[in-house]
Amino acid sequence: MPLEALLWLIPLPPLVAFFVILLFTRSNRKLSHALAIGLLAVSWLMAMIVFAGAVRTDGLAEHPIQSSIPWFPTGSTVFSVGALIDPLGAVTLFFVAWTLLAIFVYSVGYHNFGQPNGEHDTPGLPPHGAHSRDASGHEHSVPSVEPLYSRFFAFISLFAFGMLLLVVSDNLLTLFVGWEVMGLCSYLLIGFWYGKDSAKRAAVKAFLTTRVGDVFMLLGLATLYAQTGTLSYRTLFSHEVLARLVETPSYIPGLSMAALAGLFLFMGTVGKSAQWPLHVWLPDAMEGPTPVSALIHAATMVSAGVYLIVRCFPLLTAGLEHGSSFTLGLIAFIGAFSALFAATIALAQNDIKRVLAYSTISQLGYMVAAVGIGAYVAAAFHLLTHAFFKALLFLGSGSVIHGVEHGVLHTGNHQLDAQDMFKMGGLRRRMPITFATFLIGGLALSGFPLITAGFWSKDEILADAFGHGHLIVFITLALSALLTAFYTARQITLTFLGEPRTEEARHAHESVWTMTAPLVLLSVFAIAAGWVGIPEHFPGLGGLLPNWFHEFVGSTLGEAPEAVPFSAVPLLTSIGVALTGLGLGWLVYRRIPAGAPDPVARALGPLHTLLKNKYYFDEFYDLILVRPLRWFGETFVYQWVDRGLIDGILHGIGRLAAGLGFFFRRAIDLPVINGFGDLVGEGTKRAGRSLRVLQTGRVQQYLLIGLINVAVVGALLFYLSALRP
Amino acid sequence: MDFITSHLLSLILFTPTVAAALLILLPRAQPKLLRWVALLASLVPLALSLVAWMRFDMFAGGFQFEELAGWYTSIGSNYHLGVDGLSLPMVLLTTLLTPLCILAAFSIQERVRVFLALFLLLETGMLGVFLSLDLLLFFVFWEVGLVPMYFLINQWGSKNRDYASLKFLIYTMGGSLGLLLAIQMLRLVVGTFDLPVLYERWPSLNQSLFGLPIGTVKTIAFWAFTIAFAIKVPVWPFHTWLPDAHTEAPTAGSMILAGVLLKLGAYGFLRLVLPLFPAQAQAFAWVLALLAVAAIVFGAFASWGQSDFKRLVAYSSVNHMGFVVLGIAAAAWARGTASAADAVIAMNGAVLQMFNHGLSAAGMFFLVGVLYERTHTRELNDFGGLFPLAPIYGGILIFTSMGSLGLPGLGGFVSEFLVVRGSWPIFPLFTAVAMLGLLLTGAYVLKAIQKVLHGAVNTRWKETALEIAPREVIAIAPLMLLMLVIGIWPAWLLNVINAAVSRLFG
Repeated sequence: MPLEALLWLIPLPPLVAFFVILLFTRSNRKLSHALAIGLLAVSWLMAMIVFAGAVRTDGLAEHPIQSSIPWFPTGSTVFSVGALIDPLGAVTLFFVAWTLLAIFVYSVGYHNFGQPNGEHDTPGLPPHGAHSRDASGHEHSVPSVEPLYSRFFAFISLFAFGMLLLVVSDNLLTLFVGWEVMGLCSYLLIGFWYGKDSAKRAAVKAFLTTRVGDVFMLLGLATLYAQTGTLSYRTLFSHEVLARLVETPSYIPGLSMAALAGLFLFMGTVGKSAQWPLHVWLPDAMEGPTPVSALIHAATMVSAGVYLIVRCFPLLTAGLEHGSSFTLGLIAFIGAFSALFAATIALAQNDIKRVLAYSTISQLGYMVAAVGIGAYVAAAFHLLTHAFFKALLFLGSGSVIHGVEHGVLHTGNHQLDAQDMFKMGGLRRRMPITFATFLIGGLALSGFPLITAGFWSKDEILADAFGHGHLIVFITLALSALLTAFYTARQITLTFLGEPRTEEARHAHESVWTMTAPLVLLSVFAIAAGWVGIPEHFPGLGGLLPNWFHEFVGSTLGEAPEAVPFSAVPLLTSIGVALTGLGLGWLVYRRIPAGAPDPVARALGPLHTLLKNKYYFDEFYDLILVRPLRWFGETFVYQWVDRGLIDGILHGIGRLAAGLGFFFRRAIDLPVINGFGDLVGEGTKRAGRSLRVLQTGRVQQYLLIGLINVAVVGALLFYLSALRP
Repeated sequence: MDFITSHLLSLILFTPTVAAALLILLPRAQPKLLRWVALLASLVPLALSLVAWMRFDMFAGGFQFEELAGWYTSIGSNYHLGVDGLSLPMVLLTTLLTPLCILAAFSIQERVRVFLALFLLLETGMLGVFLSLDLLLFFVFWEVGLVPMYFLINQWGSKNRDYASLKFLIYTMGGSLGLLLAIQMLRLVVGTFDLPVLYERWPSLNQSLFGLPIGTVKTIAFWAFTIAFAIKVPVWPFHTWLPDAHTEAPTAGSMILAGVLLKLGAYGFLRLVLPLFPAQAQAFAWVLALLAVAAIVFGAFASWGQSDFKRLVAYSSVNHMGFVVLGIAAAAWARGTASAADAVIAMNGAVLQMFNHGLSAAGMFFLVGVLYERTHTRELNDFGGLFPLAPIYGGILIFTSMGSLGLPGLGGFVSEFLVVRGSWPIFPLFTAVAMLGLLLTGAYVLKAIQKVLHGAVNTRWKETALEIAPREVIAIAPLMLLMLVIGIWPAWLLNVINAAVSRLFG
């Protein structure tokens, strides 16, 4: 089958799995996960075939694998959609397919497949564990299987569809479709345990916060589409189209259409990749099951935001020669600021997953900042390595939590927070595979020199920032790298090193193979993914392997951007901050007894409280946005305007009409019309009544009246004739 | 066969009336028989309109399947029917929703016969509006539809039905007074009620009338038409009848009210206002756009502020129909200018949004009704934690809500995107403000899902059988399927709409 046709098919198998599981196999757990993993494996296989084909294609950037079909008519033209794989797409497809596969398999173990149903488990709440009796009649507390097991696989299958669709799209509209489908899955999966109040809140918060970015992004699509008549990358990012966009002024003075559209699209990234100021949803998203955190909130969906701006790099940099670097400057600022800002918060978190969540915001900030300073390849490179090591770390943390929960089942102390790192310690002995892989992930995250993938990609960003003279960005990023190494060392030390601080940690248990195998797989990538992008002029190692990544991905832009000349400053900085941070973190946290406070809390004082409360952003937004808007909707718009004003006017008109009717009846109908009628009728009657006295029926009286009449008339006649002359 | 093909539209139009008459002859005491007869009878117009859809030639201009017969010949009014690419989707929507509504109304227990007969009469009334090519006939059907709806709300509605039904009736009738006068005036000036003739002569009319400059007369007539249709759509601030009527109406009534009756107003804009008053529509398009944006934003806010499930869904209609009007306003403004291409896209979006909203709003009202029948409350705070008790219902509710929210992959997204795409270059400021409404759409939809489904298992309803019944699944499945199909492959519908819109407004 030609690769173009295969490309179309990549997203579809998981979609089939989604529908089949929900409609038919819900009650059969085994069939459901077999379907989900099996069909994902089909997608994975196709992705690998396409990837291999793409790598072997010469001049892939000029002649990407693509095909398209008309989707709907718009006036006299047709809107076409299609699939496309160019170097950037191929690399993204590669890491997406692998992380998806690893996390799907991991979910089987994570949701306790094969364990009994819990006696008290209800759908919508995490399983509480069950009791089982072994052959010798001893009763054991064992983990229980997730009640909504099949549904979980249906949702992550739909998610896989969304992500793969986004990657293979050749245009911004289907990218947006995939983008939003993932948003829905993110919502559904954060709220997977919807019985928990915190989870349902977090789900809504995630959906709405990202939607803020999404509506801007939609306007960005509308802008580009209206200006150019297309949304497909190849046409959109061609020189002529970009030149026209740069020359067209937008509705906002001083901004070209290109800059406006770039800003709008970037807003989408800010929402999806949880950059400041829309970062608030990601830490709360940790309410979801851990595979979800790894998949959606570390490796793929949040990376899609960065993918978008990397994809739209030509648009963002268009017009740079005219000096309009406003958009890029903003991107660099938001990225660098988020990187540092989130890293500081991560210092003060005790929840193992929340540390990773802030770390994700911080690392995504790195990539965003890299795009902002024009380091296209470095951003894509960090996107790739981060996906692997952050997925690894999340899955590792899930394994740790699972291990501690095992201990909880053993002691029966369900009050214990199994995610609190201060309740752990010494897990390296109980969970060796998890420890080893987590260590690799942690070192990669901190940029441990030479052997980890994170080092190479982070170093490249720093080198680019330094080499292109973005000193402020360079210093900010270096500082956050120091913090990153520190909190990573803190995390590893608190979790795995030293002695167990609780009974539960003492009885922790290594996870099943379906969970550890993906960890091992990802840790291989967390090391090896860096080798494809070792700079050529790197002392000693440079040139041993070709800098394949730079040439391959760089060619997407037409001509590969020139590699920055080697400089010792960023290299030494990057090595220095990584080692210092790791060393300091280990020194500070290596001997924390049970119940002891965080030493850093004492050192930082009130600042630590500020960090622990995430700079009070949640409270701040609640105060200035959520409450006023709610008041506006409930009270102002509904009660005051609709019920009060508009309905008031209507009722007023109604009352006026009724009043008029009443008036007509009282003032006109009754006195005039009825009055006239009455006058005629009543008058006649009254006259009759008064005349009635005349008609007594007595003959004498009639004769008397006749006589009087004759006398009067006779007297009258006589008088009148007498008057005549 | 020949008779069928030459009188296709009349058959579509009057089969429901005949069926209603037939129902009256059937015994009152056999509700089951009555329901099935009504359901089967309502499938006939659906089948016939599918025939019309298949035989419709989208590339041919003008109206198709036309029928012309003398009616009130002495005043120049004829029985003139016909469809084009604007009305055919609406006819299909009507004939599709009616059987589903009847199926949903199977749970009605009291006075089944009258209910079903009124419902079928309502269908004739609505179809008549979409099919008429004669202004007087249009008006007659416009009013005919009101009466059954009034009784449906008034007789089968919930607590506050008297107020709601009266408000609905008086408001709509008040709006159509001006419409009637304006129609009479057009007839007086041009000498006919026939629409195709009016299209040709009226807009280009250029003499003073009644001692007034023609522009003034046309402007007055434009507003008479506009207000009548704006009330029906409804455009802010003429919308307050809607939450009351929708909330009090029985489930099937709310479905058809939101699904089709609101479209009559929007259709009036497309069929009458824009073609007959192009200059006035262009001049006042900004007013319409402003009110549309107000409907989008305030409708979303008001919806978000509700604690009554049904009222929340009712207000969502104000929000969604605002996008229809925004698209219409943008098209009215830009037609014939350099951005006519944008106008066509906006209009495509508006017509498609009419269809999509018909699907999603009917679905949402149906789902509210399913829950109401079982719990006898609509108060969101009484729910919560129903997902484990009714997982299938929950899944369907989430799906339909997402359709209403405009999730990409479902139909609503395509139409909202086209409206935004079309009106953004024409009314940048209005469209930007409308995006606030789009954001809030998410807020109220998620509020409903969260308040109904999410949370710890609800002990209050634990003993109630909440799960959706197979009959009800069948009633909503076609709507869900269509939402998905339009979201994935909108071309089958958009081709027809686009061809007509391009001819009329290109």
